[in-house]
Amino acid sequence: MEIFTGTWHWAISGFLIGMVMLLLIYFGKGFGMSSNLRSLCAMTGVGKKVSFFQWDWKSQQWNLVVVLGAMVGGYLAVHFLSAPDNVAINPNTILKLQKLGIDAPNGKLLPHTLFDISALQQPKIIAFLLIGGFLIGFGSRYAGGCTSGHAITGLSTFQGQSLKAVIGFFIGGLLMTHFILPLLF
Amino acid sequence: MKYIKFFLVGLFFGIVLTKAEAVSWYRIYEMFQFDSFHMYGIIMVAIATGVMGVQWIKRKKITDYQGQPISIPDKEKGTFRYWIGGLLFGLGWAMVGACPGPIFILMGAGFMAVGVLFIGALLGTFIYGCIKDYLPH
Repeated sequence: MEIFTGTWHWAISGFLIGMVMLLLIYFGKGFGMSSNLRSLCAMTGVGKKVSFFQWDWKSQQWNLVVVLGAMVGGYLAVHFLSAPDNVAINPNTILKLQKLGIDAPNGKLLPHTLFDISALQQPKIIAFLLIGGFLIGFGSRYAGGCTSGHAITGLSTFQGQSLKAVIGFFIGGLLMTHFILPLLF
Repeated sequence: MKYIKFFLVGLFFGIVLTKAEAVSWYRIYEMFQFDSFHMYGIIMVAIATGVMGVQWIKRKKITDYQGQPISIPDKEKGTFRYWIGGLLFGLGWAMVGACPGPIFILMGAGFMAVGVLFIGALLGTFIYGCIKDYLPH
């Protein structure tokens, strides 16, 4: 069981994620998670007022099914395939987190400081999560894709447009981690 | 029934992303601190697998499961949308440590607070749809 409950090696994980993309291509579709957010908006009927959501989300139902499967997969992995030695990040990273007042993983996927249900009693944390989510939703639609559509699919088909987006992802990520997060915590 | 294969691919994707810890806020933070090769390794191997698979599809003229030719659409040409949109996405990714796939996966795993991220992401998508005609692409 240990090979399933331990942290999966990056080479195996990367290969399997690449295979997910190839399987979706073989099924005549594509690998893109953020367009589900557009589908979910379109489903509410806002397309009547905002033309961007006047699209045939029913043709994208397959992708919502992928997401549903992914949610069940996440549930199974967390509840049945976890071990206390998971998320063994670099001890230096833990020291950096300590300075920000963010708790160490100790096997958890997410820090309590930001994601524990009790953290939601702080307006600051709610605002933090809402703004983070907003940037992800807005940014991925503006850029026309996220990690799956641009970094994995776009780069593996040598698309220059995706390279710009991925460089943008990393510039944004570095700015946040090195300059903005230390100001917030 | 035609959807079952998509459910299974999704199920597999959710398990892989969770066990690779690519859904972990900590792994994203560690990546942007350049403290580990783990996330870079995952992304690079995924791309390499994709490159080889796509080349194989092109050279052997592999068709999809229904025998239709496979075409992967090119991204629209653009400048601002990729640089600025990418930058905004990157800020969010490093802030809350999740991209759209993991937001769904973590909600499924039962992390209630990720629901707030999800509401934020829907709101961001909605606002983009409202103002897109005023933005440079």
